[in-house]
This record gives sequence, C-alpha cells and structure tokens, in this order.
Amino acid sequence: MHAYKTMIATNRFGLGARPGEAAEAAADPRGWLQAQLESSRTGEFQATGLKSSDQAAKEYFEYQAARRKAQKENAGGADDGKVNDMGMEKPRTNLAREIEARTRFAVTTKNPYRERLVRFWSNHFTVSISRNPVVPIAGAFEREAIRPNVTGFFYDMLFAAETHPAMLVYLDNAQSVGPNSTGGRRRGRGLNENLAREILELHTVGVDGGYSQEDVTSFAKILTGWTVAGPRDRNPTGKTYFDDRRHEPGIHSVLGKNYPALGDEQAIQVLRDLAMKPETARFVAGKLAHHFISDDPPASAVEKLTRAYLDSAGNLGVLSAELVQLEEAWQETPVKFKSPDEFYISALRGLGADTLQSRGLRGTYASLGQMPFSAPSPAGWPDEAMAWLGPDSIQKRLEWSQALAGRVGSRVDPRQFLEEALGASAGERTLFMIKGADSRKQGLTLALMAPEFQRR
Amino acid sequence: MLGGAGLAGAFGPSVAFSKGVEDRYLLLVILRGAMDGLAAVVPYHEPKLNDWRQILVPPEPGKENGALALGTEGFALHPSLKFMFSAYEADELAILHAASSPYRERSHFDGQDVLESGGADVLASRDGWLNRALQKSAGIEAAAVGGALPLVLRGEAHAVSWAPSFLPEADDDTLERLMRMYEGDEALQTALQDAQSLDMAAGDVGGDARKVTQGRNYVPVLQAGANLAASGAAGVVVMSLSGWDTHNGQGAQNGVLAGRLGQLDDGLAEVKKTLGPKWENTVLIVATEFGRTVRVNGSRGSDHGTGGAAFLAGGAVKGGRMLGDWPGLAQNALYEDRDLYPANDLRALFKGVLRDHLGVSRKDLDRSVFPDSKNIDPLKGLV
Repeated sequence: MHAYKTMIATNRFGLGARPGEAAEAAADPRGWLQAQLESSRTGEFQATGLKSSDQAAKEYFEYQAARRKAQKENAGGADDGKVNDMGMEKPRTNLAREIEARTRFAVTTKNPYRERLVRFWSNHFTVSISRNPVVPIAGAFEREAIRPNVTGFFYDMLFAAETHPAMLVYLDNAQSVGPNSTGGRRRGRGLNENLAREILELHTVGVDGGYSQEDVTSFAKILTGWTVAGPRDRNPTGKTYFDDRRHEPGIHSVLGKNYPALGDEQAIQVLRDLAMKPETARFVAGKLAHHFISDDPPASAVEKLTRAYLDSAGNLGVLSAELVQLEEAWQETPVKFKSPDEFYISALRGLGADTLQSRGLRGTYASLGQMPFSAPSPAGWPDEAMAWLGPDSIQKRLEWSQALAGRVGSRVDPRQFLEEALGASAGERTLFMIKGADSRKQGLTLALMAPEFQRR
Repeated sequence: MLGGAGLAGAFGPSVAFSKGVEDRYLLLVILRGAMDGLAAVVPYHEPKLNDWRQILVPPEPGKENGALALGTEGFALHPSLKFMFSAYEADELAILHAASSPYRERSHFDGQDVLESGGADVLASRDGWLNRALQKSAGIEAAAVGGALPLVLRGEAHAVSWAPSFLPEADDDTLERLMRMYEGDEALQTALQDAQSLDMAAGDVGGDARKVTQGRNYVPVLQAGANLAASGAAGVVVMSLSGWDTHNGQGAQNGVLAGRLGQLDDGLAEVKKTLGPKWENTVLIVATEFGRTVRVNGSRGSDHGTGGAAFLAGGAVKGGRMLGDWPGLAQNALYEDRDLYPANDLRALFKGVLRDHLGVSRKDLDRSVFPDSKNIDPLKGLV
C-alpha cells in the first residue's frame, strides 16, 4: 500500500535507498523521515581526523609564507605553476579529506533525510574554493556552521554562516573596511559590498525582497569589522573576530529601520531582523518547495511552508517536519532530475557501498561536473533539471555508470538492484529493458541510467 | 554509433542568426590567469620599455629570434606568434592593446567574473554577456569546450558544454538499448542523442583528457572548438585556456610565456585550417581578465596589472591594424604607477562584434547584454 510512498521517502527525501532501507521505511514512510529530525537519534557525522577551520587556516597562512619565500628564492625558475602550488598540498589535503568524509557519510548514513537537508543548506549558504583561502576550510564551514543548526533556528544558522571565516573570506568581508573607521582613514582601504548584497539577495529576503542599493551599502557598512585574524594578529589566528578599527562608525539604516552604533551588535541586530522577515520566510519556503516538490512548485505548498516558518520563528526542524506532511511533496511520479552529486550518492547507496575508494573520488566528481564546494557562483549549484539534463552531463553519467558496472557488475544482480533502489517506482519499460540486458554489467548500466533512477 | 538517429537531436547543420544573417561564427577564447599583453604585443617604440622590463622583452624585430614587427606603428608580436603575424599581414587580425574590462582590482576570480558577466562590478550578474546576446539572436547553437559552461555562456539561452571523456565511451549495444529505454522520455532522449552528435562533432582531438577539460592543453581545446563550429554543431563556441599567471621566470623569447603563446598560436592556426571556407565568416576573439605589471617583479616575472591585450582574428575581421588608443609607457602615463593604463574598454570591442557580426541591436547591447553601458560605444568597422 505504501510501496510508492516508501520510494518517495527514501529517494526524494532521502539520498537513495540502500539495500534494506525500503523495508525499514515501508511501515510508516512519514514517521521514518520524521524520526530523522530528532536530535537524540544516533548516527551523527563524526569529524574524526578533520581539522577545525582555525587549525586549517593556520596551515594556509603557512602556505602563503612558504610561497612568498619560494618566489623569492626561485626567481628565474622554470615553472611558476610549481612555485605557486608549493605548500598548497596541506590545504588541498584538508579539502580532499573533507570531501571524502562527507561523501562516505552521505553514502552510509541512516539519516538520509537529515543529510539531504545539510546539503540543501550548505548550498543555500554557498562558499566556494574558487578562492584559495577557502580551500582548506570549506568542509569545516559545513561542519561548523551548517550541521549543528540543520534542525535549529534559521537565525542561528544565518549567524554561524555569515560570520564563519570561510564566508567572510569568500565574500570579501574580511577585507572590507569602513571608509570613516580608524583603519579606513589611515590606509585608504574601502568598503566591500559583496557579503551584504549576497545576504540580502541569496540568503534571506531574496532578490525580490524589496531592498535597494542604499540598503546594500548601509548593511555593508554595518558588517565592516567582522573579519578573520591573520598570523600576526593579537586575536587567535584563523578565527573570526570583530575589529573595531575597521568598523564604520555611526547609525545606519537597512530596510527602513535605523540601527544604532553598537559595534558588533549592530550586524547581529540586522541579521536577527532579516531572519524574521516574511520575505525571508517566503524565500526559504520557495527554495525548499523547489527542492522537494518540483522545479515549479504549487503556490499552496509554498504558502504552507511560509506559514510554518513564521509560526515557529524560523525553526528549521518544524519546517522540515511540515515538508514531510505536505501532500504536494508525495506526488507518485518522479518530480526532480538528480544533480550529479545526487546521482552519484544514490548509485553508491543503491549498491550498498560501505567503503569508498578515495582515489578517483575527485576525478568522479570532476567528470560528473559537480565537485563539492565549487559551485559556480555564490548562488550555489542550480536546483533544476534544465541545468543538469544536458548532453555532456548525460554522456558523462553513462560513461561513469558503465565503468562502475564494469567493476561491480559481476557481483550485482541488476534486477535486485532495481528492486531495492526503485521498488514500485520502476516502470514497465525499464524493467523490460533490464531483464533483456545481455550481461549483468549492461543491466546495471541501464538500471543506473534508467529515467526513474535519474530522477527522484 | 546510433546510425542516423544520433543526428536527429537539436543540432542541425545550419546556423541561423537574427536579421537573417546566416552562417556566421563567433569563437571566444578566454586566457585565464591574465596574459601579459606587453610581452605578446611589444611596444618597441616606447623609450622606457627596457627600463621597466628588459628581461621580459624579446629581441627587437630583425634580430635573431626577434619579435615580428607590425607595419610601421612601433609594435611587434612576440616571436612565438607566427601564425597570428601572418594573419595580421593578411588583414585577418586586429589588436586592441591597453584593454580591460571595467574591473580595477587584481583578483583573477573577480576579474574573470566581470569579464564574463559583462557587468560593471564583481558578482553584478549571474549569467554571461554572450548568453544574453544569444537571447537576442534566436536559433544560434552555443557550445563551450570544458567541464562546465563558463560564466560568459551561462543563462537562459540554450548552451551546451563538451569535454573529452576520462573514461571509455559507452559501447554501441548499450547505447542502443538505452535509447530504446528512453523512448517516451523526450528530455533524456534528446540529451542522449545530442551527446552523440556533439561528441562526433567535437571529434577525437587527443591530448590528456583532464588537461583538455581544464584548458591546460591548448591545441586540443582549440581544435575541438573549431570542430564544433566546422561541423555546424555550434555557431558560437567558447574555449578557455588556463596558465597565464606568469609571476615567476616568465621569460622573453623563450621560457614559460613563450611556450604558452606558441601553443596558442599553433592552436589558432589549426582553427583556421579546420574551419576552411567558414573562416571567412568567422570572428574569433581572444581576451584575458586583465594585464600584468609594466615592471618586472622580484622573481623575474610580472604581477597582476590592469591594461592587457585582446585580439580579433578571422576572415570576417577587418584586420591588419591596431585598434583603440595607446596610452604609452611614460612614468606619468602608468595606471597607479605600475600598470599599463586601461585606455580601451573590452566591452566596446565585444559590443562592436556582437552588433556588426551577430546583428544584436545597440539598444539591447546597452541595456541587457552589458547593463548600464550606454556610454560605451561599440568599436566601429571591426567586420
């Protein structure tokens, strides 16, 4: 009776059914999801062997120093690329370990709905390794700012994300200086509006949130001072601190409200107000509906989620529970085309993978076109079929599927794979084609590429 | 292969442009990392040139391994740019020196963002100017060589990317069965069909797949781009070449930069050869995010600067000349006492090409393709 609903729970809300998972979810698909939102549940992400952002940032500062030295010593040397890379190994190793750990966790977790939410919010608050200093701390950002708050209050995640070293560096607030601050007057350095603009446009009220360029500039002034301590700073290296000497003095107005000159508290007050705006509720609700319901979600669903957000003061646990209850999210047809990352994780889950070969992991992500922490812009990875259903994308998925099937195909019965991974959601044509495959390898390739497996 | 079915996708053989202009090609090559324009197009007539950067300057024209003099204007191409020199002589190459996007800081990430988004500021826009131009010229297929669509080509207009496979290609039998499985699923069917035609169009260009995908192996990248145009798969093709950030041991007639320029030149020669008669209807733009410092730095290289150089090549180009203004290299002419002054806005070059080659209207160029750029006049008579 719940056969299709079970598949929606494991695939649309979860990260793809592992063998046996459908059986666990079948009795009560909604309850199975709901239980994952409770913080008492075991199976949390273990950060063993991973570095905190300040530890990792210290290594980056060492890299910078080593690079400067190498540049001087290697003057006239043959390959500038090598010198620029010298000492970048440690930051890159941190990144590789983080990617490996989060991939392994996504493949094996028994709380896949919760983990999907982590990834959703991590993408909402995108940081990207397109900027070198973010490389070693992008993973720590997700662990420190996103994970602890995924069923907490939106404000707490907002504050943790915007004041994390990775975000302050990625969106330039670390260098932003108030023109009339002590530091600004002395050094002639200026205001950088990137973080203020992206908080408004991408993280809170959204592009139609009714703010003006003056709001952006004022908010940027309010944010000045929030920066990251360098190696010669009196503050703990690699940690966020508020530097009063960079802070633009005075009262500033954002979205029609004046914020008194209270130093670091000024930005905190703006963030608190932004988190409570109906526009923010609607923007967040719309993105969640887009992710879980369809590329074009019904207004009724967005409305219910908006209300849940406002009634709970932005409690993301409540919001995630409301999502599970929405009838609109249980359409018995695949509604979302998987991103490369979703496809990859669900394939490994479907095969019941417990171990992960770290070699080749980055190559896989690169060839499938979605390297973690490398979203093309602060807007994050796109969340719609149009962006992922292109020829090159399909070709690379097919080649990867065939290579994977070549490695494991002899040990896997494709019909069983399909039954565990897709159950009742596999269509007749797909079942027919897989039954008729000329080898297990080919059968598994087709199963991975099946329209129902490419979607959720 | 999939027999005839593979060609039934969105890629037809003809390329239609707005205003009924048919069969025109626009290729954009982005040099990522900031190419040293003063080394590529050397201003020999500048009295201060050797004071600033002697060890980065190739021998004078006429000397052994010397630069290639461009007429009597006092400029010369780097000795590695042999094909480009012949194109200049044949009036198929024009040069815009001292050129820059509106970006005035010195971060690669931000510089490329502004170069490609076409905005006046960093992160001003999430899609690219070339995509917005395509929205005004319905029917042009656009493609990029590389692992993902570059910002310049991102946006609402349809565009695809192609990169060589890291892995063995799918076998024919599996492909055929997959195609049958996709019957009734139009989106997947079209994507799979297009993938086959795109792969066939791009051809087997050799090189290391990873390096080609990342734009570090220039000739195969340019070859693939040319193949995509020559086969009719795309009328607009973007290619990215990385590795121009020559902080250390840049060299002069030989060395790191000379090697990169040589690869670029070889690749462009292949483009012309591959396009055959289509070269006559082609404009190829070579641009970079910014230039490099006028002075040599402490590690025998150059640092991030402002004014750089851009090239227009192709049979459709009215070439054999230097475009725009030349600010000079006198001390008081430098930008912030360190860079070549950005006397020419790259948007003027792009606008001129889009208007006269692709027929994009001035109004669209000023408002949507390059937002708020009314005061930037398109360069006239480029094609």
